[in-house]
Amino acid sequence: MTRGRIRSKIRRSNLYTFSCLRPQTTDTEGPNAVQGSRVVHCNQPQLHLKKPLKYCSNFISTTKYNVVTFLPKAIFEQFRRVANLYFLLAAVLSLTPISPFTPVSMIAPLAFVVGLSMAKEALEDSRRFVQDMKVNLRKVSVHKGDGVFGYRPWHKIRVGDVLKVEKDQFFPADLLLLSSSYEDGICYVETMNLDGETNLKVKRCLETTLSLNDDESFKDFLGKIRCEDPNPSLYTFVGNLEYDRQVFPLDPTQILLRDSKLRNTAFVYGVVVFTGHDSKVMQNATKSPSKRSTIEKKMDYIIYILFTLLVLISLISSLGFAVKTKYQVPDWWYLQPKKPDGVFDPTNPSLSGFYHLITALILYGYLIPISLYVSIEVVKVLQATFINQDRHMYDEESGNTAQARTSNLNEELGQVDTILSDKTGTLTCNQMDFLKCSIAGTAYGVHSSEVEVAAVQQMAIQEEDVDLSNFPKRRGGRHVSRDNVERASEIELETVITSSNENDLKPTIKGFSFEDRRLMNGNWSKEPNADVHLLFFRILAICHTAIPEYNEATGSFTYEAESPDEGAFLVAAREFGFEFFRRTQSSVFVRERYTNSGEPVEKEYKILNLLDFTSKRKRMSVIVQDQEGQILLLCKGADSIIFDRLSKNGKVYEETTTKHLNEYGEAGLRTLALAYRKLEESQYATWNNEFQKAKTSIGGDREAMLERISDMMERELILVGATAVEDKLQKGVPQCIDKLAQAGLKIWVLTGDKMETAINIGFACSLLRQGMKQICITTTNSDALVKDGKEGAKENILNQITNATQMIKLEKDPHAAFALIIDGKTLGYVLDDNMKHQFLGLAVDCASVICCRVSPKQKAEVTRLVKEGTGKTTLAIGDGANDVGMIQEADIGVGISGVEGMQAVMASDFSIAQFRFLERLLVVHGHWCYKRIAQMVCYFFYKNIAFGLTLFYFEAFAAFSGQSIYDDWYMLLFNVILTSLPVISLGVFEQDVSSEVCLQFPALYQQGPKNLFFDWYRILGWMGNGLYSSLVIFFLNIVIFYDQAFRVGGETADMEAVGTTMFTCIIWAVNCQIALTMSHFTWIQHLLVWGSIVTWYLFLFLYGMMSPLISGNAYQILVEVLGPAPIYWAATLLVTITCNLPYLAHISFQRCFNPMDHHIIQEIKYYKKDIEDRHMWTRERSKARQETKIGFTARVEAKIRQLRGRLQKKHSSNLSAS
Amino acid sequence: MMSSNTASSSAAVAGSADSAAPRRNSKKPKYSRFTQQELPACKPILTPRWVISAFLLVSVVFIPIGVASLFASRDVVEIVDRYDNDCIPDNTTDKVNYIQTPGDKSCNRSITVPKRMKQPIYVYYQLDNFYQNHRRYVKSRSDAQLRDNSSASDTSSCKPEDTYNGKIIVPCGLIAWSLFNDTYSFSRNSSQLNVNKKDISWKSDREHKFGSDVYPSNFQSNDTVIGGASLNSSIPLSQQEDLIVWMRTAALPTFRKLYGRIEVDLEPNDVISVTLQNNYNTYSFNGKKKLVLSTTSWLGGKNDFLGIAYLTVGGLCFFLALVFTLVYLVKPRRLGDPSYLSWNRNPGGH
Repeated sequence: MTRGRIRSKIRRSNLYTFSCLRPQTTDTEGPNAVQGSRVVHCNQPQLHLKKPLKYCSNFISTTKYNVVTFLPKAIFEQFRRVANLYFLLAAVLSLTPISPFTPVSMIAPLAFVVGLSMAKEALEDSRRFVQDMKVNLRKVSVHKGDGVFGYRPWHKIRVGDVLKVEKDQFFPADLLLLSSSYEDGICYVETMNLDGETNLKVKRCLETTLSLNDDESFKDFLGKIRCEDPNPSLYTFVGNLEYDRQVFPLDPTQILLRDSKLRNTAFVYGVVVFTGHDSKVMQNATKSPSKRSTIEKKMDYIIYILFTLLVLISLISSLGFAVKTKYQVPDWWYLQPKKPDGVFDPTNPSLSGFYHLITALILYGYLIPISLYVSIEVVKVLQATFINQDRHMYDEESGNTAQARTSNLNEELGQVDTILSDKTGTLTCNQMDFLKCSIAGTAYGVHSSEVEVAAVQQMAIQEEDVDLSNFPKRRGGRHVSRDNVERASEIELETVITSSNENDLKPTIKGFSFEDRRLMNGNWSKEPNADVHLLFFRILAICHTAIPEYNEATGSFTYEAESPDEGAFLVAAREFGFEFFRRTQSSVFVRERYTNSGEPVEKEYKILNLLDFTSKRKRMSVIVQDQEGQILLLCKGADSIIFDRLSKNGKVYEETTTKHLNEYGEAGLRTLALAYRKLEESQYATWNNEFQKAKTSIGGDREAMLERISDMMERELILVGATAVEDKLQKGVPQCIDKLAQAGLKIWVLTGDKMETAINIGFACSLLRQGMKQICITTTNSDALVKDGKEGAKENILNQITNATQMIKLEKDPHAAFALIIDGKTLGYVLDDNMKHQFLGLAVDCASVICCRVSPKQKAEVTRLVKEGTGKTTLAIGDGANDVGMIQEADIGVGISGVEGMQAVMASDFSIAQFRFLERLLVVHGHWCYKRIAQMVCYFFYKNIAFGLTLFYFEAFAAFSGQSIYDDWYMLLFNVILTSLPVISLGVFEQDVSSEVCLQFPALYQQGPKNLFFDWYRILGWMGNGLYSSLVIFFLNIVIFYDQAFRVGGETADMEAVGTTMFTCIIWAVNCQIALTMSHFTWIQHLLVWGSIVTWYLFLFLYGMMSPLISGNAYQILVEVLGPAPIYWAATLLVTITCNLPYLAHISFQRCFNPMDHHIIQEIKYYKKDIEDRHMWTRERSKARQETKIGFTARVEAKIRQLRGRLQKKHSSNLSAS
Repeated sequence: MMSSNTASSSAAVAGSADSAAPRRNSKKPKYSRFTQQELPACKPILTPRWVISAFLLVSVVFIPIGVASLFASRDVVEIVDRYDNDCIPDNTTDKVNYIQTPGDKSCNRSITVPKRMKQPIYVYYQLDNFYQNHRRYVKSRSDAQLRDNSSASDTSSCKPEDTYNGKIIVPCGLIAWSLFNDTYSFSRNSSQLNVNKKDISWKSDREHKFGSDVYPSNFQSNDTVIGGASLNSSIPLSQQEDLIVWMRTAALPTFRKLYGRIEVDLEPNDVISVTLQNNYNTYSFNGKKKLVLSTTSWLGGKNDFLGIAYLTVGGLCFFLALVFTLVYLVKPRRLGDPSYLSWNRNPGGH
C-alpha cells in the first residue's frame, strides 16, 4: 500500500503523448447532448429504490429456468419436439376407446422419457445457477455512508453506490471513475474479457473529481449523472456529470466496464452507473442459442419420413377398415354389427374409418422411436462423462479437466471442417520471452524457439521415415538419391542448435530465455563494437513506459509494463546488467553493473519527451538527456518503420540485421528494431518548442499535428540492432495444429491483436511459413479513404480480392500455398456488403486465414459467414469474453478454461484447459462420438421399422380392425427395456479403432466431415433392412403357424402364441443385428446385448407367472405353451438367421472388396502386423494425413522440396561444368 | 488475496515465484479402465475365414433341421373334408335362412383313410374367413368373470353381449356368444369311434383361467339374435373345454381348433362315416367349414414350409459360402494390406 502511494506521486499522464489525451477543449465545448433518460444520483443509492429511477439490481442470472418456471417451461421445451408432442396426443387419446392400447402402455414410456430429459435439463441449469451465484457473491468495498467503506456482495450493489475497487479486482458494474491511487486520477484497466486486447488501457477521471481520493471525502459527495440508456456499445458513452453546480461532459475514458480488471493501480473510486443486466458487457451477451448437431437435424428429416410413412399406412389401414366395415362386416354376425358402439358402426363406415385413422396413428406409433431422443440423451451424457473424465485432457497446471458443458453436440465434434481460433490466451500464453537479439550485425542467443525445436523433432521423425520408406517414389517421378535427402535434412538440422538440456541447469527467469556467453556477465564489452552494445542495452532499459516495483522476496525488481514485450525487454536489460530501478516524474534511473571500474553505477536519464506507442505509429521513442548532457533519441519499433527512417550512415548493419530479422521471423519470433539518434541541444530546443506548441494547441487536428512533429524528430536514425521475443505459445500448440491440419481441418485465426503480432504467431504456429504467398487485404492508405469515402475503399478492397483470386487461379505449382491476412477495418467493409461471398471464396482457397484487429462482433460475423457460406461445421475456440460471440455463433464453441475470466467457458459448449487438448477432443472423442451416434440412430430406425411394420401387416389379416398381435406389455417393454440398452451400449462404448490409432491416423477423422456414416444411402439402407426384417419376421411366422397344430399334442396356435413367437424373433433379430454392427465388445456390451435376450425370456416367464388377470392369454405361455414346442425354437432360429443374412453378406462383401480405412487398420491390429512390420506401420502413419499446406509437416516438406530443388540445380550445374 | 495469485500472471513480473505448481490434484480424474474407455474388449473382425465358416455353419445346421422337419411333416397324415356346402340340402336357395331356422341339420359324410394313422388322431374343425382377430371381437370378453364367481358382474368389457334384460350373461362377450356348435360323431365299419374331448384345452386355462365355481347363466337366452352353441349351465366353465378352446382367439381368419381325439389307430382304406350336426352359421359371411383328422409329429401338424424354409436358407448359405470362397480364391485381398487404405488407393485424391 505504501509503495503504491509513493508510486502514485508520479503524474503518469505526463508520460503519454498520444493515448490518454486530456480533453482540454471541454471548457469551451459545454456539456454533451444526452439522448437517454438515465439519471444516477451519486452516493445516494436509496433514491434508486423507487420507480422511475429504480434500475435493475446487480444480480445476474444466466439460467434458463427458475424454481417456478421450471416445470411449465421445461415441459413446453420437451413437447416442442414433434415426436414427443405426437406421443403426448397418443397418450391422451389412449384414455378413450379409440386407442388400441391400454393407457398405461402409452403414458408410462412417455412419462419416463420426458421425465429423464427434464431431469437432465434441471441438472444442467443448476450448474449454471451455481456459477452465477459464485459471481453474485463476490465481495467489493462499498461506501456505507459517513466515509466508511465496507464489503458487500456484488449482487447487492445498487446504482449510485460509490465503490472502491482494488488492484487486480474485477469491476462489479459499469462505473464512473472518480479518482485513483495515482494523483492525476488515471488507472490501468485490462479489458481482456471484453475485447480480448492484452494491452492495458488507460482510463482517467475528470479533473473536478480528483480530490475525492480517500474514504473520508465521500462523506458529503453528491452528484448527478445524466447519461445514455443501457446499450451494448462497449466503446461509446455519452453523459454529463452535474457536480458542484456545474455540468461536466463524460466520455468513455471515464467509464470502467464490468468484467474488466483493475491493473497496476492500487485502488480506484467509482460510482455505479449501470448494474447487472444493464451493464455493457451483459447487454452484449446474447442469449446462448440452443445448438443442434447436424446429425440431429438430419434425424428430424428421417422422423418426418417416418411420420409420412405412418400417416400413409394409417390411411391405407383406415380405408381398408372403412371398406371392410361397409361391405363385409354387416354379414359378420359374430360381431353383432347391429349393435354398434361409438367407434364401430357399419351403418356409418366413413365415421368409423375416421375414428380408425386415429387408432391406426397410435397403433403404428411404434415406427417412431419414442425412446430415441431419451436414449440419445443418455448416451450423450455418458459420452460427455467420458470427455470430462479423460485423463489425457487433464491439465496438471491449472487442475482443469475438459468439460462437455452441453452434451448434445458430442457427435458434431467429429464433423468439424473449419476451426476459428482466437489467438491470445488460446494459441499463446500471453507471456513474452526475450530469446535472441542481433546487435551491430551479430546474432546472439543460442536457445531455439519452440518452433525450431518442434521442427527438429518433426524432422527426426521424417528422417526415420525417409530411411524406412522408399522416399523418392513418394512424390512421384522425381528421383533423388538417398544421400541427397539425408544431406538435405542435415542442412536443416544444422541451422538449429538445440540446447534444451541447458534449460534445466539454471532456474528460468520469467520473460528471459536468452542464453549466450558472449553477452552475459559483462562479456559483451569484449565484443567488437562494444559501444553499440552499450547503446542497445540502454535503449532496452530506458525506452519504455514501465514502472519498477521492488520485490522483497527475490531482492530484484519486477516491472509493471503496458505490454508483456516491454516487460521482457526490461528483464533482459536487467539480466544484461542494466537494471532499471526507479522512475521519477522526469527521470529514469538505471543501475549499470558492468562498468570499467567494476562497481555498479547508478545513472540518471532525464526524460525530455516520450513519444509513445500507438498501433498506427508502430514505434516508440524517448528523448533523454544523460548525465553528461548528451541528448539522445532512443527508438524502438517495427523493422519496416525503423528501416525507413535510417540515416545514410545509420545503415551499416542494415543488411545483416535484416537477414537476422528474417530468420527470427521464420522461427516464429516477434521482432523489433532498435535505433537511436544523437541530437544537438539547439536542434532539440527548436523541435521541442514546436512540439510543446502543438501539445497545447486547441482543435481537432492536434493529434495529427503532434504526430507530424514527432515524425519529424524520428528520422535520421542509426540502427543498433534488433530483438526477438518469443510470444510463448501454449504447450503443444504447433503440434496440435499440425495434427489438426493433417486431419483435414482448416484453421482460421481471428485476433484482436495487431497485424504484425498475428503474423508472427502465424509463423510460430506454422500457419504461415516462408515461401507461402501472403495475401494482405487492407485499406492501405487512410488518406485515400478519406477522399473517396466508403465507396472508394470498397472498390479498392474488391479489387484486391479479385486480383488475389485471379492469382490463385493462375497458380500452377500444386505445392503453392496462400495465406490470407485481413484486418478488422477491411473486414468491416467486406462483411456488410455483397463482397462477402467473393471474400469467402478467396478465403476458402487459401491454406490459412488470419484476421487481425477484429472486434468481438466481427469474430461472430466471420464465424457466421463461414458457417453459412460453406455450409460446413465450424468450431470456434477462445478464452476471453471477446470470443463469446463467436463461440455462440459457431456450430461448436470451445472455451479455454485458463486464468482469465469464465465468460468464454460459460458460453461454450465444451471447455478445455489448453488448446492442445483440442486434438484429442476432435480426433478421438469427436470421431468416436460421431460414429457412435450415427450408427445408433441408424439402428434405432431399423429396429423400429422392423417392429412397427409387422403391426401393419397383421392389420391386413385382422380386417384392419386395429388389433395388435402383441401383448401390450411386450410393446411397452420393446422400446423402453428390451432393445434400448444394447443400443445405448453401442452409443457409449463402440470404438472402431483405439484412441492411439485415431491419433496416429488423423486421416480417419475425415470420415466425419465427409459424413460417411450418416448419408442418405446408409440411412435408407438401414431402413430397407428394417423393411426386409419386418417382412421376414411376419410372414415366416404366419406361414409356420398358419393353421396346423404346432405341438405334438395337437394344439393349434392362438394369437398370443403367434404374437409371442414373432416377438421373440424380433428380439433375437434386432439384438443379433446390433451385435453384428458392433466391432468392440467389452463385457458391458456382451452383458447388455445377450442380457436383453435373456431378459425377454425372463420377462416372459415372470409375466406368465402372474395372475391371468394381468397376463391374460400370456398366462404361463412360455412354460406351458411355447417352451415345449420345438417349432417355437426352430422358428426363432430360422427367422433370426434369415433376418441377418443379407446384412452379414453385405458387410462381408463390402469388407472384402471395398474396405474402409478403419477396416484395414482393424485387420492390421488384429493380426498384430503393426508389431511385426513396424516399417509399414510407421510409413502408413506418416501417410495417413490429409494433403495440407499448413502445419509443421507441411513446412518441413516445403523445406525439403526447396532443398532438393537446390541440390538438383547444383547437381546439374556440376554436371554441365564437368 | 487475489493479487498474490494473479501477480505471476501480470504482464511482466519477472523472477517471481511460479505459483502455477500443480495444485488441487484431487480434480484429476481417477484412473479407471472404464472412464478412460480402455476396458478389455474383444474386437472380432469379419475375416474371410470367419465369413465362410459362418455361412458353412449355418448351412450345416440348417440343412439337417430342414430335412428332419420335412420328414416329420411327411409322416403326418391329414384328412381334410369341407362340408359346409355339401351339408345343405340341394334344394335350399337361402342358405343363411336354412341355417338360422331351428331343426335337425344332421349330415352324413364318409372319409377314406389314405394311410395308416397312428393314434392319437386329432379331430379339428377349421373355419375360413372368420375374423376371430377383429378388435371388437377380441376385446369382448371378461377374464375376471370367467375366473371367479365373485366377479360375475365384471362385464364392462363384454359389450355388446354383456347383459340381457338387465341380467348378467355368464360367460359374457362376443367370443363366448359365438361359440362353435357343429358336432361330429365317427364310426368305422358301423362301430362307434370314440372321440375323447377331455384335455383338449391348455391345462393352465382349465385350472387358473376358467373357474370351477363359475356356471353359465343367462347364456344364449336371447332368441332374436342367433348366436352359437349353448352351454350346460350345470357344468362349471373349467370343464367346458370346447368353450375354453374357442376362447383362445386365433391369429388369422383361417384357423383350426381342436375338437377331440380319436384314440385308436386307423388303417389305410378304412372308411369312416361322420355324422355331423351342421349348426354353425358361416354362410352369411361365405366362410368355409372343414373337418380335419390329423396325426402329429414332434413338430406338430402337416407343414412342409418350415422344412423347405430351412433347406432354402441352408442352401443359400452354402451357396454364399461357395461364392465367397471362389471370390477369395480368384481375387484375394491380403488382410491388413495397407495398399487398400484410402490414401494409397487414390494418392492425393482428397
